[in-house]
Amino acid sequence: MRNIIAFPLLGLAVILQSSLVSEIHLLQGYADLPMLIIAAWALQERVESAWHWAAVACLFTGFTSSLPWIVYVIGYIGIVYIARILQRRVWQAPLLAMFSVIFTGTLFMHLLSFGVLTLLGTALPISDVATLITLPALLLNMLFSIPVYTLMRDLSYWVYPAEVME
Amino acid sequence: MNSRSLQTTIIFLVVGGILALALGGFFGVASNRFSAIFINLQTWIFTRYQGFQDLVTAPGDIVALRQENANLKAQVSQLQAQLIEMQQRVNETEILAALVDFSRSNPESTYKAASVIGRDPSPFLHYIIINRGSNDNIRRGMPVVTNQGLVGRIDAVIADAARVQLITDPASSVNVYLQNADTSAVLYGSVTGDISLDLISQNVKVEPGDLILTSGLGGGYPADLIIGQVVTLRTLEFELFQQATVQPAVDFSRLEIVLVITNFRPVDITPLEPVSP
Repeated sequence: MRNIIAFPLLGLAVILQSSLVSEIHLLQGYADLPMLIIAAWALQERVESAWHWAAVACLFTGFTSSLPWIVYVIGYIGIVYIARILQRRVWQAPLLAMFSVIFTGTLFMHLLSFGVLTLLGTALPISDVATLITLPALLLNMLFSIPVYTLMRDLSYWVYPAEVME
Repeated sequence: MNSRSLQTTIIFLVVGGILALALGGFFGVASNRFSAIFINLQTWIFTRYQGFQDLVTAPGDIVALRQENANLKAQVSQLQAQLIEMQQRVNETEILAALVDFSRSNPESTYKAASVIGRDPSPFLHYIIINRGSNDNIRRGMPVVTNQGLVGRIDAVIADAARVQLITDPASSVNVYLQNADTSAVLYGSVTGDISLDLISQNVKVEPGDLILTSGLGGGYPADLIIGQVVTLRTLEFELFQQATVQPAVDFSRLEIVLVITNFRPVDITPLEPVSP
């Protein structure tokens, strides 16, 4: 039941993304707060609702952005998938797993955005995209990933409290 | 007169006499020494008393001073907040005054002012979100301007908000008119946020500084909205057209308040475009 917090939290994340995070840019790139939240949530050991959270993030971000819905649906679901795989393999070093997910997730999302926009006829020079958007966004995502991971870990303890053995 | 009152009278006369002589300066040296001792004693007692008083009252003063300091700090914070708010209002008023001037100088259009409340979550796109929507009669395709020039056009509308595609967006294209060269061209956005001109005929002479206005061709924008100036021109003999980089009139990084032209209805010419067999 406490998973309902996904709606206000991701709603707030999209609002922050649109109003605040998009203003903190490095060259043309900026961090992707909903993606960071989804990735950090999916990496928590106790969490069973990562897919649901990804769907909520797709809903909010797709509604706000002009980017086609399919980018967010495939992108966020793909990031949860990557996170769940890494969570099982790199469970002893959660921050390393977080960095790995953010690195691959950012590249995946940007590749997807680039591909879909190019298919729709928007001219995007790949060198500009890589140097002015993707690399700066990657750096900012990495920077933001540590506090986001910590917050989501604490939130996971609240949503999934430890069972007391008697 | 009894002996007691006589004694009192004598004492008063003696003391009074001594005082009168002293005040008259007849006891100069003696009175100076006396007064010096008296003053030193008084000074010593007074300074000790002050020290003692400070010792006793100091803690109370510190508490009062701390309280006063806290109150003053709170007051300073409050005044700083008020100052920031006032500065924001002054900025907003200046922008609104400029927009009012612009709307007065262009009476053929009707405008609806809107505040910019966000940007597109994706860094690949150049869109802004404004706080006016269909409840304010905002419709898709309406042009958005500032007093400096063209900003973009409405791309999507909900009840109380709308999304605006900026002319800097990589998917944006605007038919423009170069005033000095008297020719048409097409303005494109880019992923970097720069705008450039393309499809300028090779026979036309374009100079840096030439003013760029909307041409109105295609029905997407009204004519004669300022876009910017030509910065550099690229002419290659083997290419069909010339290209130019453009300095936009609008500072897209500092958009706060914009005007939506509400009496313009875009024309969809898609059905008239020739279909390739």
